[in-house]
Amino acid sequence: MIELVSEDRCTGCDLCVQVCPTHVFDAVPGGIPVIARKHDCQTCFMCEAWCPVDALYVAPFAEEEKAVDEAELAGNALLGSYRRTIGWAPGTRGTVVDHSFRVLRG
Amino acid sequence: MTSSRDSDSLQADVLVIGGGPAGTWAAWQAARDGATVVLADKGYVGTSGATAPSGTGVWHVPPEPIARENALAAREALGGHLADRGWGHRVLEQTYANLQRVADWGYPFPVDEQGVQRRTSLQGPDYMKLMRRVVRQVGVKVLDHSPALELLTDADGAVVGACGLSRLGEARDWTVRAKAVVIATGGCAFLSKALGCNVLTGDGYLMAAETGAEFSGMEFSNAYGLGPAHSSVTKSAFYRWATFRYADGSVIDGAGSKHGRSVIAKHLQAGTPVYALLDLANEEERRYARGAQPNFFLPFDRIGLDPFTQQFPVTLRLEGTVRGTGGLRIVDERCATTVPGLFAAGDAATRELICGAFTGGGSHNAAWATSSGTWAGAGAAAHAKAGGADAHARPVRHEDRAGLEGSRVLDSTGLIEAVQREVFPYDRNLFRDPATLRDSLVRLDGYWEHLRGAAAGTPAARLRAREAAAMVATARWMYRSALARTESRGMHKRTDRPATDPSQRHHVLSGGLDAVWTRPHRTAAHDQPFIAEAA
Repeated sequence: MIELVSEDRCTGCDLCVQVCPTHVFDAVPGGIPVIARKHDCQTCFMCEAWCPVDALYVAPFAEEEKAVDEAELAGNALLGSYRRTIGWAPGTRGTVVDHSFRVLRG
Repeated sequence: MTSSRDSDSLQADVLVIGGGPAGTWAAWQAARDGATVVLADKGYVGTSGATAPSGTGVWHVPPEPIARENALAAREALGGHLADRGWGHRVLEQTYANLQRVADWGYPFPVDEQGVQRRTSLQGPDYMKLMRRVVRQVGVKVLDHSPALELLTDADGAVVGACGLSRLGEARDWTVRAKAVVIATGGCAFLSKALGCNVLTGDGYLMAAETGAEFSGMEFSNAYGLGPAHSSVTKSAFYRWATFRYADGSVIDGAGSKHGRSVIAKHLQAGTPVYALLDLANEEERRYARGAQPNFFLPFDRIGLDPFTQQFPVTLRLEGTVRGTGGLRIVDERCATTVPGLFAAGDAATRELICGAFTGGGSHNAAWATSSGTWAGAGAAAHAKAGGADAHARPVRHEDRAGLEGSRVLDSTGLIEAVQREVFPYDRNLFRDPATLRDSLVRLDGYWEHLRGAAAGTPAARLRAREAAAMVATARWMYRSALARTESRGMHKRTDRPATDPSQRHHVLSGGLDAVWTRPHRTAAHDQPFIAEAA
């Protein structure tokens, strides 16, 4: 479930408001988006993938709310980790190769 | 309330409802065929649906007769001999052509040691971001966060558009008048939080049924996705390397991902936690797994667990008709439904034509989505062209309005939880028996009656009410179809009839709202002799 919109990192571009397929965020005029409907979050990690500044963190728990500590997440290099894994972070484009054909034969 | 709300009105040749793979392919093809196209999605085209956050294998087989025959033969027995070879060949052919387009559009397919692109897998985030780009390039008007709530029909009963809601910021109503409509809203997973599936609540089924559309194979609706208990990531492929265990690490006899899910379900049902350990993966598989399915590892990395060396509790989440094979009935090669002007594609349509009675998993669904999307888009564009210039001027009436009008206030949340109590339990849905199905249907029929006299007020509540109504209706088509198929076949398991009955090699059609009906339907494909599985 979505647990963090980082005030320090967020630039207020509101892209997460747009891309969240289950309409979890609300834009705030002059401010950063808020998590308005947390329980509609389906833990699909798409907002994290699309966030251009790694300001969001989706905890891996689908049903359970768990408060997170931003400094700790940053220290463990978890902020933006999904975006890096799929090659969407700056400097990672083209470096990620789909190895499915090597491991999922038949 | 309704009169004071702002409303947007659009006209197009073709309206596509649902912007996952099937909807985007339909929109792209219709636009390429010269139609003006509106594509409306409940969420965001590019992230919405089961594919975008996930990624999927693709049933991509080179155009070599033996390879294609083998690909079809391998599925026949598994699918209970309900699939149709002609459709299988068509899907393989169209999928092969479409993935060439995907390559031409710049999708980064991996290249093997021989320098050959391997096109048997698509990473969801990249694939759907690409599809968003290409539909916009051909001039499709994309409406994000614009759930459709009801279809519009003309005096002859033909579908001529839809009404819905634009939900970002200040909510607005929208109306799109079109000459043909494609339903590509996916299956129904009953808000189980299976990966990417919470937008898939059967909305398109309900709207289509309200215009008289029929379903096929709704008994094949009890797919459950395997995943870590704490997580939404129901990606099952890597569980081929799993051993399933008790808390103390001892192995559970007969439990498995492909064969042996029933054993897992029975343990979970009895309250015994089941753990998985991916200890059968070899070194090469462990090395490449992350590059194959990056999001598989998210729920583990984020709790600091190594699934190859540490066991973790698992659960089975309902994926319903998303990975089932039932859906809207297709009556011709254009993916037309039984209703004039209404086409269906992707998981919203029946996939029995290629998979029969058993889930083809991601790869068959992905092939079906791109193929059926192409055909439905072309079919809708051709229908629009033939519809004449005055089609937009025809009078329109709104179809049925379950959950939208009535004197009582609807408690959608309570209703949704009540439906989930009928469809989630393994001893109701995975393992079926007539007494339990009837027991559920008494309550589900009651929920439907309750819905008919109730309405929701705010825009958000209206959408939730329609989702609740769609789930109640879907469960009723599912369980009535499950009662009608008095045998076990494919994923449909009747504990009172564990064997397959050769005389039931047919589809079970269903439909109806206040009164749900079913009837058997045998096609020429069901007279074909069984073909032995290829070596």
